[in-house]
Amino acid sequence: MIALERRAAPSRAWLWGAPLLAVALTMIAGGLMFAALGKDPVAAIRTIFWDPLFDPQFAAYSRPQLLVKAGPLVLIATGLALGFRAGVWNIGAEGQYIVGALCGAGAGLALYPMEAWFIFPLMVLAGALGGWAWAMIPAILKTRFNTNEILVSLLLVYVAESLLASAAVGVLRNPEGGGFPGSRNLSQWASSANPELIAGTGAHWGVVAALIAVILAYVVLNRHLTGFHIKLAGQAPRAARFAGVNPARLVLFCFGTAGLLAGLAGVFEVTGPAGQIGIDFNVGYGFTAIIVAFLGRLDPLGILLAGLLMALTYIGGELASFMLGIPVAAIQAFQGMLLFFLLAVDVLTNFRIRVGRRDIA
Amino acid sequence: MADILTLDGLTKAYPGVVANDAVSFGIAEGSTHALLGENGAGKSTLVKMIYGLVRPDAGTMRLAGAPHAPHSPKEARAAGVGMVFQHFSLFDALDVAENITLGMDTPPPRSELAQRIREVSRAYGLPLEPARIVGTLSAGERQRVEIVRCLLQSPRLLIMDEPTSVLTPQEVRLLFDTLEKLSDEGTAILYISHKLEEIRALCDHATILRGGRVVATCTPADHSAAELAEMMVGARLTAPARIARDPGDAVLTLDGVALPATHAFGTALHDVSLTLRAGEVMGIGGVAGNGQDELLAVIAGERRAAAGRVTLAGRDITRDGPDARRRAGLLTAPEERLGHAAAPAMSLTENALLTAHERKGLARHGFIRWRATRDFARAVIAAFDVRTPGPGQAAQALSGGNLQKFVIGREILQAPVVLAVNQPTWGVDASAAAAIRQALLDLASDGAGVIVISQDLDELTEVSDTFAALNAGRLSAPRPMRGLTMEEIGLMLGGVRGEAA
Amino acid sequence: MDLSVISPTLLVASLMVASTPLLLAALGELVVEKAGVLNLGVEGMMIVGAIGGFAIAVETGSPVAGFVAAAVAGAALASVFGVLTQFLLANQVATGLATTLFGLGISSLMGQSYSGIRPPATPRLDLGPLGDLPFVGRVVFGHDWVVYFSLLLTFAVWWFLNRSRAGLTLRAVGENHAAAHALGIKVVAIRMAAIAFGGACAGLGGAYLSLVRVPQWTEGMTSGAGWIALAIVVFASWRAGRVLLGAYLFGGVTVLQLNLQAAGVALPVEYLSMSPYLITIAVLVLMSARRRGAAAAPASLGQSFHASQ
Repeated sequence: MIALERRAAPSRAWLWGAPLLAVALTMIAGGLMFAALGKDPVAAIRTIFWDPLFDPQFAAYSRPQLLVKAGPLVLIATGLALGFRAGVWNIGAEGQYIVGALCGAGAGLALYPMEAWFIFPLMVLAGALGGWAWAMIPAILKTRFNTNEILVSLLLVYVAESLLASAAVGVLRNPEGGGFPGSRNLSQWASSANPELIAGTGAHWGVVAALIAVILAYVVLNRHLTGFHIKLAGQAPRAARFAGVNPARLVLFCFGTAGLLAGLAGVFEVTGPAGQIGIDFNVGYGFTAIIVAFLGRLDPLGILLAGLLMALTYIGGELASFMLGIPVAAIQAFQGMLLFFLLAVDVLTNFRIRVGRRDIA
Repeated sequence: MADILTLDGLTKAYPGVVANDAVSFGIAEGSTHALLGENGAGKSTLVKMIYGLVRPDAGTMRLAGAPHAPHSPKEARAAGVGMVFQHFSLFDALDVAENITLGMDTPPPRSELAQRIREVSRAYGLPLEPARIVGTLSAGERQRVEIVRCLLQSPRLLIMDEPTSVLTPQEVRLLFDTLEKLSDEGTAILYISHKLEEIRALCDHATILRGGRVVATCTPADHSAAELAEMMVGARLTAPARIARDPGDAVLTLDGVALPATHAFGTALHDVSLTLRAGEVMGIGGVAGNGQDELLAVIAGERRAAAGRVTLAGRDITRDGPDARRRAGLLTAPEERLGHAAAPAMSLTENALLTAHERKGLARHGFIRWRATRDFARAVIAAFDVRTPGPGQAAQALSGGNLQKFVIGREILQAPVVLAVNQPTWGVDASAAAAIRQALLDLASDGAGVIVISQDLDELTEVSDTFAALNAGRLSAPRPMRGLTMEEIGLMLGGVRGEAA
Repeated sequence: MDLSVISPTLLVASLMVASTPLLLAALGELVVEKAGVLNLGVEGMMIVGAIGGFAIAVETGSPVAGFVAAAVAGAALASVFGVLTQFLLANQVATGLATTLFGLGISSLMGQSYSGIRPPATPRLDLGPLGDLPFVGRVVFGHDWVVYFSLLLTFAVWWFLNRSRAGLTLRAVGENHAAAHALGIKVVAIRMAAIAFGGACAGLGGAYLSLVRVPQWTEGMTSGAGWIALAIVVFASWRAGRVLLGAYLFGGVTVLQLNLQAAGVALPVEYLSMSPYLITIAVLVLMSARRRGAAAAPASLGQSFHASQ
């Protein structure tokens, strides 16, 4: 008989040990999954986790991709983590990301083909505001009518996807695109381009923004009363009210920040790596960022590491699909599995496992 | 008379604590047997073993001569053990009949059950309406549901866990009538309480637990309450003392304050008025669920009054939030230590920050001064004798008494103009309780106004200068504590307004 | 625009078909939530049911075997959620999201070789002369067995929750798990059973999409149906009869929207296709703005239970 026993205080060792154990368990289970697909599990795991970084043939292309993919993931996850810490569940970052990109692209394209220094900053601002505004919908419905923010933020993703489709074939369509859906290429218009800042690193303005967001979030969470109140509200909501935290303001702050950062991620993506608004512009960063946030223990520095790891699974997954014929979908299952394992081993942070004693209490 | 239940060497250990250490005693058929002890003495673990919720590590039980080793409450009930819980065993959203049927193993069909509920409740003077939703019942009525649930199964042994803590003195008398009737019919009663006068009045025998062991067995009527208390605590207790002081100017006034209920089964406050003077300790009594939490919330600023005015030293603070009120000198400590007054998983340092950053300057422009915060937490720990390895310890790792000393100390060290506390010694061991009461009295002696909301009338008679009662969200007019009889207090608690009594 | 192409008979008949997956999934989630558990993995369990049912139906040639497999697949994924939340005490919101993300991933992996295939048909149930009645015959008696099964299930769930002792016990667990435990009710066992039932229902709902409604397998084909099912439970104030109403209402919106698209209404397709989600949000707002709406939720909903000391 196995029994769980609550620890007097959360274990610090397991706080950081749990994600590592979860990654290890996911590699084993993932290996079994690849074996079941008839692939060599060791080769598959190596192709995903090792080759993109160290294989002489692929590393030159793959290494810069790491930052390209990690940038939006970290940016979005940092915002989500603030909310998750406070018990505010924004799971619609994907929608905020899309709307940010749409607003940013729209603001820029309205001025096309003017060339001016202020166009890119304007687009960034519009993107951030767009993401913020989209996140305000569930936040205000929550604070005004107590509507479930989980469902509303998620449902708005589908609405945003429809908006994206409509924009790609409608208002934002490239008039010189021969009738194909999709906007002008923003990365090729000097005033709107978000180029690689240091050659060979993949770092664009979104990566810079992600780093700044991580640092700011770290300071807020560890050194500022706002962060203290966020943690307090998540752990003990009544104690937070007692301490003078206004729950409605907290919901607005957490949704606003997350939406703003997701919107930024969207606008940096559309002006840089993606280059244009297309029907399939969004690739699920907003959802993967949820995994990144949890894997990083809702801690900004952890999120930085988790974002890089998740980016690696994306790149490695593409490589594995190209080299070994493993379906790209396997990576999504792999990422989901990682979150499962993380939640499972997380029990060790707050509980001790005792074996052998019978006790029905 | 023969023993209905005998316990022999019952032992149960939890990590870090032996809850019961070789406990042995017997309960005679038809007797009313008291189980006495402080919080943490092991009373509730012991009854959980008898009721099948916890399995002993060692030792045996015999019920009416047969071995008694229930694996579940169901088995215990089948063997003839019934239990009335202090809390945690009713379902607010379900009706009386549904609540009763859930506690029965072979319930009759609903129509027949309703009939039997009425029969039993009439026979024992426990009026109940089967179709009422439990969430709408008063504390006393809820207890009746639990008792009727047990009685319908004709138990041979009835366990009552702190049954009077939620009752007015008048309701206690009714309960005792019921219990005496039961015991005349041959039902043995195991009565758990820390209220010594009640036990002296009701019980034939008493077993006293301390630190998980049986330290004495006696006939309660042969001993004074003070002697029983000494056996329970293992030390002589001194009553808190204070320097008498004339009350000064009004520091806190509530004028016609109203507050709507937050949820379907919550309590609303109606037209609450009081005036608290500097140096005064005002005791506010009342049975659980009559608006204590709401009153403290509206004083703390956690909830804003829907009508009326709150003033602190002449300043209108009705619309101020908790932080602004703290800045002005109005501090509070709510009843629930873990989760309300303190965040369970956070360290004592973080918990010190929780309420003290305004008055102690622990944050500058919102940036936390962790070193100063840690120093303040250490000061609280030292001044109030909080037993803990250090300020890095999580709040949930402290015992109830130690955490409560920390919570009260955290407010007192901020030198409040007014301190309002709710159930300051609930679930706290006797020595910590005495220390907390003394600290509250000292604070008043130094000129602060103190409000003590409590369900423990002994505590209120000990510390209060004036007394008011909360009933269904209404506050009686405060009266001087000195000279009030228990009878008068009971009437005030039962809803007869002070001025009329 | 030509609205006359919309036939009321077909509209109502296809409404029942469109509503069935929502009804099945929402009924399952209703029971789960009544037991005090919030499983946000409905979308994931539905899509696993959709591919599981589709694959088995194609391989065996039997749609019934497909539906059984879908229920098993949904229940299996739900059980993972159950083990994590009930035994390992993981946060229910996070675990529910993980269930959805994993379900979406694993389903597209399993579905690699099933794209573009037609599944064996689920025939309409022959109800004899009833089916020949005008209008009613086509609308009410012209469906496959799953539609009737879902209606039957609605009644069964209502009866179970409101009339049976087991249902009372389940509601008690959802209201106050500490009290239920004190009375000796097996809180975790009951919740695990409810979670598995919820997963099975979601799986059936998913299979109905891939085997009857579409009928085809495409990645991410549930496209939010699971989330709408969750919203329907809120809309229904946790009552079985209202779940039926809610499911048919949302099904109706979807069908009407599709019909308007077909009829070439002046609105762009994208705006029509976002309408079910917008209407869901609007209904959620209306329900939560009424104070009594929230009070109907089981009191222990979403809280972990650990019987400590």
